[in-house]
Amino acid sequence: MLNTISITQIYVLDQDRALDFYVGKLGFEVKTDQQFGPMRFLTVALPSDPGHAVLLELPAPPSVSPELAEQVRDLVTRGAGGGHLFFTTDDAHKTHAALREKGVDVPEEPVVQPYGIDFGFRDPFGNSIRVAQMTPQPST
Amino acid sequence: MSRASEDSNRRMLRARDEMDRSYAEPLDVPTLARIAHVSEAHFIRTFRATFGETPHRYLQRRRVERAMWLLRSTDRSVTDVCMSVGFSSLGTFSRVFAEVVGEPPSAYRRRGPLAAVPSCFGMRWLRPSEHSAGTEKPGEVPAP
Repeated sequence: MLNTISITQIYVLDQDRALDFYVGKLGFEVKTDQQFGPMRFLTVALPSDPGHAVLLELPAPPSVSPELAEQVRDLVTRGAGGGHLFFTTDDAHKTHAALREKGVDVPEEPVVQPYGIDFGFRDPFGNSIRVAQMTPQPST
Repeated sequence: MSRASEDSNRRMLRARDEMDRSYAEPLDVPTLARIAHVSEAHFIRTFRATFGETPHRYLQRRRVERAMWLLRSTDRSVTDVCMSVGFSSLGTFSRVFAEVVGEPPSAYRRRGPLAAVPSCFGMRWLRPSEHSAGTEKPGEVPAP
């Protein structure tokens, strides 16, 4: 019935800052950057996963009221905005070092978990990001 | 709501993340206030306004949550569990644990083994809160 996820959405509080972070630091590429009336429809995707875009949406009128927009911004910055992105990587330590090299605030060191090696951080707005080098499942 | 309050939220979140991460360390208010780039007095007040409880209580719940997991997923002694989640006194640990969970560590352990729970969502959802003491949360959370 349904095939793949083509676009998922997270709230960002400033689309230019979001571009700087997701494209400039995390290695996304811009897929769509179009003005639709008052809305800037901005999607990005990883070069290695072009079919899955992330919509970087600004909570703003007329999509939501000014009051609601403020509430969403408040929730996002308190880490309760619901934005989560989970990534896989071939080498958690190398990716961790590369992100720090680019000036990304990554306070956590990679941790070995039963499922792989992973670490987490947040985007500039408060959305949560986790990166995991998954342990290959034994083939049965 | 203003941009200043958003900036403040984000700073408090940074300190809260540090508690989630380094709960086993002897974290104190000066350290956390430094991470949030605010004064100590301001930190406690603002943290509480932002997340609804004091940093001290948040850290206690975090440590208790990790202890709950260790008690039911390992056979390490209660004293060992107490020390490894960041409590320095067994008496304080037992009192806080019972207060938060609703039963002492040894009784909680007797509920039996817990399914393996990875980080992240598991750690958030297994955490005891004032509103859900004693309730069983979902045991198994898929990786990550």
